[in-house]
Amino acid sequence: MAEQLILLENIHKDYGGKQVLKNINLYIRDKEFITLLGPSGCGKTTTLRIIGGFETPSAGVVYFDGKKINDLPPYKRQANTVFQRYALFPHLNVFENIAFGLRIAKKPKALIEERVGEMLRMVNLTGYERASVARLSGGEQQRVAIARALINHPRVLLLDEPLSALDLKLRKEMQRELKAIQQQVGITFVFVTHDQEEALTMSDTVVVMNKGSIQQIGTPTDIYNEPKNAFVADFIGESNILDGMMIEDRVVRFSGHTFDCVDGGFGSHEKVDVVVRPEDVDIVPEDSDKAMLLGDVTSVTFMGVHYEIIVDINGFKWMIQTTDFVPEGAHIGLFIEPDAIHIMKRSEYSGLYGDYSLDVDPQAISLGGEEEE
Amino acid sequence: MMGGRSSSPRRRLTERLLLAPYSLWAVVFIVVPLAFIAYYALTDNNFSFTLENITRFFTATSTITAENGQSQEVRTYLLIFARSLKLAVISTVVCLLIGYPMAYIISRAGPRAQKTMITLIMIPMWMNFLIRTYAWMTILQDTGILNGFLGLLRLPGLHIIGTESAVVVGMVYDYLPYMIMPIYSVMAKMDLRLEEASHDLVCNRLQTLWRVILPLSMPGVISGVTMVLIPSISTFYISQKLGNGRFFLIGDAIEGQYVANNLHFAAAIALIMMIALLAAMALMKHFTDRAFQGGE
Repeated sequence: MAEQLILLENIHKDYGGKQVLKNINLYIRDKEFITLLGPSGCGKTTTLRIIGGFETPSAGVVYFDGKKINDLPPYKRQANTVFQRYALFPHLNVFENIAFGLRIAKKPKALIEERVGEMLRMVNLTGYERASVARLSGGEQQRVAIARALINHPRVLLLDEPLSALDLKLRKEMQRELKAIQQQVGITFVFVTHDQEEALTMSDTVVVMNKGSIQQIGTPTDIYNEPKNAFVADFIGESNILDGMMIEDRVVRFSGHTFDCVDGGFGSHEKVDVVVRPEDVDIVPEDSDKAMLLGDVTSVTFMGVHYEIIVDINGFKWMIQTTDFVPEGAHIGLFIEPDAIHIMKRSEYSGLYGDYSLDVDPQAISLGGEEEE
Repeated sequence: MMGGRSSSPRRRLTERLLLAPYSLWAVVFIVVPLAFIAYYALTDNNFSFTLENITRFFTATSTITAENGQSQEVRTYLLIFARSLKLAVISTVVCLLIGYPMAYIISRAGPRAQKTMITLIMIPMWMNFLIRTYAWMTILQDTGILNGFLGLLRLPGLHIIGTESAVVVGMVYDYLPYMIMPIYSVMAKMDLRLEEASHDLVCNRLQTLWRVILPLSMPGVISGVTMVLIPSISTFYISQKLGNGRFFLIGDAIEGQYVANNLHFAAAIALIMMIALLAAMALMKHFTDRAFQGGE
């Protein structure tokens, strides 16, 4: 069996002169859970629609199992889609929605009943056969959409922001359930979301996209621990991103102090972006020998498990997560372990993210809408 | 929190007051005229009750002479009614066959193209229908524009004016917008992802049309058919002008009786036609509901 099930090669997509995808190169392995993650308008849904056959790329090739499928219509592809807001057929009941594909393929009645029953059991909707889809809750509609898409035994399930319409609690539940379904049916899931937490918890592979290009491809831990640029570092989790300069391999200078780190391979005195995650900073007394940086606490927010504090160090606002209470106005020392410092090459995103001076995260603003063109 | 949903007596009163102009309008312009029609239909010239007008509709006979010289006795008004129904059904079917694909194409075009096409469809409706009918006369006449055009192409001319086809052409032209608009408005509101979902499963375009788009656009089709069938069954002027008066329709009959000051019989024809139409619509609704909304 081919390890590489889907391959996107140099994919470009224009809509009326506007470039929505720029040179997308991506392979998807058989049976993996891969997530396309990014803010709205980043091209993630367009990428999914190209895989599903609802859009044709302006340039580039889509391969499925080694064969070029650019012009194959959706129903001839071994991929089915769970659409945004589900797109269930309102004139059909639950059973007929799920059976839709088989009915039109004129499969024998007994087979249809068996397969629909099997799907209903999988998504926990046994007994809902005759229910009208309009009467179902969001979560139930979601399950019908999954069952409808899986009944033809596709090799790939494409999911377009399937959980965005659900409330938080149901969403968590469906995340676990989707993951369980994926393992049960043992096929590839390509999942589109703008929710980084969802991407990290569910995926084998995360593809971070922005402005029509891929920023980084990796496992959730890679993406979190080794972000490739300031955009990824900021989009995934919280990050303090600082201007720094490599002194030599494993020595970096930022915020007026020279630190030991674990990264190398940069030029001597090369300007770099430095990422320090808020949970990796230790607070020490200001007069301690361990204090590497000194700063003033400007705000303290209780988050339940931890406190989120903002510390002003030479005018740059750091976010630090700590379980120890520190009062606002305190003068504190900070200690950072070498392996808590992550060095990135400078990019077009340098200087745009990672300072907590503003209460509002620029990313949070651009995330307003959930839909893409 | 209290209140909000409960409709207090005061609010209900406000609602009723706001509805009052419509209720008044409905009474004055719908209920009263209908009551008058029923009253006239069921009375004689002295306004005493009679069923004579009704029975006359079903029993009146006349003799027609066919081209081969054989004459035949027929039930005048039943024949006219059947002819009207036939032409109306043909026109409605033609309107549906043209209007449905047009509505689909318009609804799936870009926003600007949609606006343009809708405007183009609406423009003829701003003209008086008598003028439109005269325009068709000049087009369809034996020496008219159509035959002139065919002559230029060295094709044989067509004799259309004065035939049933000419009447159908005129009716289709007049009523097509009433078919397109309701179907278009249903289709424009349809979630495009439904089509994609169908296309994603096993459907090619034709199956998607048949299994998804058609059932979901049925409400539009029903109101389109209603809006075309009813005026075309009672149409009168088109048949006189384009049919050269050879196809006397039920609308012409009502007009004729009215002009001849037979108000009571004119009302009876109108009443019978109305009841027949209501029954037909009810039947149609019953069957389409069963066929398309049952989910099975």
